[in-house]
Parts: sequence; structure tokens; C-alpha cells
Amino acid sequence: MRADGSAAAARPGARSRRKALPLVRTLDGTPPAISAGLQEMFGCDLLARLTEDSRGTVEILLAEVLNNVVEHAYARYSGQIAISITPGEGYLFIRLVDDGLPMPDGEAPGGRLGTVTNIQDLPEGGFGWYLIRSLSQDLTYLRDGNQNVLSFCVGVDYVA
Amino acid sequence: MKLESEHRGDILVIRAMNDRIDAAGAIQFKERMRDIIEEPSARVVLDMSNVLFLDSSGLGAVVAVMKALGPIRRLELSGLTPTVEKVLRLTRMDSVFIIHKALPEGLRNAG
Repeated sequence: MRADGSAAAARPGARSRRKALPLVRTLDGTPPAISAGLQEMFGCDLLARLTEDSRGTVEILLAEVLNNVVEHAYARYSGQIAISITPGEGYLFIRLVDDGLPMPDGEAPGGRLGTVTNIQDLPEGGFGWYLIRSLSQDLTYLRDGNQNVLSFCVGVDYVA
Repeated sequence: MKLESEHRGDILVIRAMNDRIDAAGAIQFKERMRDIIEEPSARVVLDMSNVLFLDSSGLGAVVAVMKALGPIRRLELSGLTPTVEKVLRLTRMDSVFIIHKALPEGLRNAG
């Protein structure tokens, strides 16, 4: 599928002339497969060139959207998740497709942080959509037949 | 999920040895931490300097551990790496935990 990464890295200057290709993966919808898949993807040329700050942002975003699919869309049956990451000028366009249950009310959750003053009342979940909404732009969700399609952009910087 | 713990004075220092606390390991992390914090100590410090990535499931587990400590002992975190720090800052959990840049003086390189 991709014989690009190492060859480009070995030739200084090749990167800037070559238009980076989208990173495309299909992962099993289980927490271990996602954990391993993320680590593999961040070793690939496109994501390995991100600054540490951008890398963190993209990894948080990907982990949260993927884990949501596993927890909710595949709550009653399991399946696969197709991911594509397409590089743009200063951003990445990320698209996820799964065969799971639709989002409630046909909409992606807004994601809000409550105000809590008592430690015992702190939430142990619900941070996911807040993080996704905070870090992404132009997020859209649509139900296409039996599939969920989630897409969004994230601004990134590359190591010079 | 590997955790190492030791008593240093009145502090129970727990070191997370894995480089991720994510959805794949959050439940195991929470259960192992709950076992470890049953040992009495005045303070509990979780050394996260090995942890390069924390997702919302991992954060939820850390919050659950703090709640399990009860009202007297508060979970203190040390050695946050940039992505972990970012998750705590964005969710405003950085105001909930006591955060040290590194292990309290005299505890560094211990064990």
C-alpha cells in the first residue's frame, strides 16, 4: 500500500516537492486495536512529521472519535472503522466511516463541561466530545445508509 | 498496565510504567491503582513521567482513583508530559489535581 515513507525520508528535499498522500487505515472496533492502530499511524511519514504539539492534538482527536465509535456505534455489535487522513495546507482533513448504530437524534453531541466544585461529584466520563469539539473545526456527521460518516479538520504544524 | 509503588516518608509514590493510559488499559489502571492506594499513607503521588498519551478514558480512570482516595488524601500528579498536560488543561482538570513538575524534592530518582 505505501512504499513511500522511508524513501522520502532518505532524500532531503523530496518531501517538499512530493504531494503527501492520504493515510488510509481500517481498524477493528476494539480498544486494543485502536491503541495499536494509533501507535502505528503516528510512525507513518505524514503524522511523524507533525510538531509535538500538533501530534498531541491529532492523537487526542483520533483516540476520542475512534473510542466513541467503539463505545456507542458498536455498543451492541462489533465491526470495523475506516479512517482517512488527508493533508491540506496547514491542516488535516480526517474522515471516519463505520457500520455501527447511528448517533442519537442524528447529530454529533455538542460536548459541554459541567461546573463541579465537589471532588466526589466529578464526572469520570463525558470528556470525549468536549475534547473533540475543542480541538476540531468544521465537524460534520451524516448517516449514509447503514453507515456513520464523521469528518472534521484540524490545524497542524510540521517540523521544519 | 504496569505500576510500581513505594513508600517514601509519608508519601506513597506510584509510578506508571506504560507509555499510554488509554481506553485499552483504563479499567486495569483503575483497578490496580485502587489496590495500591489501600495502603495507608498521608499523601499519594502518581508519577506520570513515562506516560506520553492519556485519552478521556484514561482521564476518567485517574479521576475515579482520586475519588476512591476519599476526602482527606488528594491525588497528586507529577511529571506530566505535554500531551497529558494538554488533556488536563483542556478539560480543566488541571485545577482539580495537585500537579508537581517533577517528583517532590528528595523523591526524585528514588527506587
